[in-house]
Amino acid sequence: MAAAEFEVPTLTEYVDVPKIKEGAMAHVKSFVSPQVTQEFMGYPWALGEDWKERALFKMGDLLGKYRSLRVFMDACVHCGACTDKCHYFLGTADPNNMPVARQELMRKVYRRYFTLPGKIAPWLVGAEDLTQETLEKWYSYYHQCSECRRCSVYCPYGIDTAEITMAGREILNYAGMGQKYSNEILVKVQKIGNNLGLPGPALEDTLAGLEEDIEADTGVPVKMPLDVEGAEILLVTPSADFFSEPHVESLIGYAKVFHAAGVSWTLSSKASEAGNFGLFNGSYETMRTVAMRIRDAALELGCKRIIVGECGHAWRVAYSFWNTLNGVGYGGDDPFARKLQEQLDSRYPQPMHICEYTWDLIQQGVLKFDKSANDDRVITFHDSCNVSRGSRMGTEPGGQFTIPRNIIRAVANNFHDMDADTIGEATFCCGGGGGLLTDDLIEVRVKGAYPRMNAFNNVAKGRQVNFLALICAICKAQFTKVFPYYGFDRNMVGGVHQLVSTAIKLD
Amino acid sequence: MPMVEVAGKSFEVDEEGYLTNLADWTKEIADYLAKEEKVEMSESHWEVVNFLREYYEEYQIAPAVRVLTKAVAKKLGPDKGNNKYLYELFPYGPAKQACKIAGLPKPTGCI
Repeated sequence: MAAAEFEVPTLTEYVDVPKIKEGAMAHVKSFVSPQVTQEFMGYPWALGEDWKERALFKMGDLLGKYRSLRVFMDACVHCGACTDKCHYFLGTADPNNMPVARQELMRKVYRRYFTLPGKIAPWLVGAEDLTQETLEKWYSYYHQCSECRRCSVYCPYGIDTAEITMAGREILNYAGMGQKYSNEILVKVQKIGNNLGLPGPALEDTLAGLEEDIEADTGVPVKMPLDVEGAEILLVTPSADFFSEPHVESLIGYAKVFHAAGVSWTLSSKASEAGNFGLFNGSYETMRTVAMRIRDAALELGCKRIIVGECGHAWRVAYSFWNTLNGVGYGGDDPFARKLQEQLDSRYPQPMHICEYTWDLIQQGVLKFDKSANDDRVITFHDSCNVSRGSRMGTEPGGQFTIPRNIIRAVANNFHDMDADTIGEATFCCGGGGGLLTDDLIEVRVKGAYPRMNAFNNVAKGRQVNFLALICAICKAQFTKVFPYYGFDRNMVGGVHQLVSTAIKLD
Repeated sequence: MPMVEVAGKSFEVDEEGYLTNLADWTKEIADYLAKEEKVEMSESHWEVVNFLREYYEEYQIAPAVRVLTKAVAKKLGPDKGNNKYLYELFPYGPAKQACKIAGLPKPTGCI
């Protein structure tokens, strides 16, 4: 199981645009979601006789709801600017992984059923009937897109392939072809409160164990409070932070920061997940249901501030969607949203990223560090796609790029950036985002990581970098898994707050 | 769902080979699943697998990696209570591979 059953790309100094290999990844099919999961989500679990009507109905529904989707279907002029921008194309050479081709899978169906020329003379305008074969292709290639939006940065029209992929997945779900990985997670978060399915008592036991560890390690009784009513801050973080290495090291880092700041804070067993796979699935309703747990928890606990831990897409949802989804951030306009808005402290941004919080404290001189504690590390930082291209931090443009780097420089002496074309808004995805972080897509994940691994390899060789700092649970899990495929040690992967945790001085 | 036959009895597993019904689990099945994973079961492997099952019975979830490493340190000695040692036992990752052999559901999420 551990050995690769496919060819791992060879690392080179530059990423060359590959010669295309038609159908190179056509065999990829992520496991399909079973009946029990689909039923809970309100979708059919197989293609029924009416699958085509259902698919086209949903497509029309989304085209009507989202003006953006219709513009993206109409606007492409096939200029080709996006073709070599996708990490999955660069790593697989499959032409259907060129963003324009991925879009075209939907666009040709759109033309056939939703435009006049396509209805009258489909052969003239590249319009095609929706067949089961097309739907299978959608399933394959819409699960080879991590919705990272790198291509949209280079598109002169700003066409967002991520939004097309999201729509594609919602249509697939509605027709009866859901993805097992994402949908099982969405069931767990709704039933149990987090993506892992970690029940309250297990969470309590895990946090108690971590408190013991920190005290044994530092001699300071740093707490990991759970469900504390009246706490000032509610921390919402990915459940992987409780469960996995290296994620847990960052959780310890957040706890130490709160301890050093002397604030009251709490985790919530109800909102024990920051992640929101509803975004990946393209279902606004699902995304809203998942987001509501956080509002409920904040109201129940009476917290004044909501801070989000190291999770890329959670921050995009929090920063860009919570406003209208659940009213955190002063946009929602229903009795509970208004109640929450009265409750939250308006002197602070709501929600706030843990990096914004830590950086504020560093600037105020509240936190003290022994930077030499990180001297065994030579660090680089990977910008997570959803933070880079779907949100912001702080009050200045580009704050999402400078703030995490400022923190690293404040807690460690050795930092080098990777190549400028691979960071900031041009960042390459880790290869496991957008609902692809599953073993059945390991080939896609390893090959998709190729451009990032190339850039990392260059700083590892040229600058002796030995630590990849991250602010996303998916990135952490993905790199921990794919680093060994490229000959790197999985322990070179960790969190920004892991570095904070190493250097912070506690009283 | 696929079926596997172990010691004359057949059992249901999912697409990835995880046992569907927790109650079906026996030591023979664990041996079979370990073989499928190319893991040779030693006493240390069994300590981990047994702990996973005990923990699952109490909490309905596999233990977090930290909880597991601490339990391993207690049973097998402090030098073995770390993630590196667990990866030596279960090269595909302790969370997933050890759970599979223990007959527990696959942990999901950003892990």
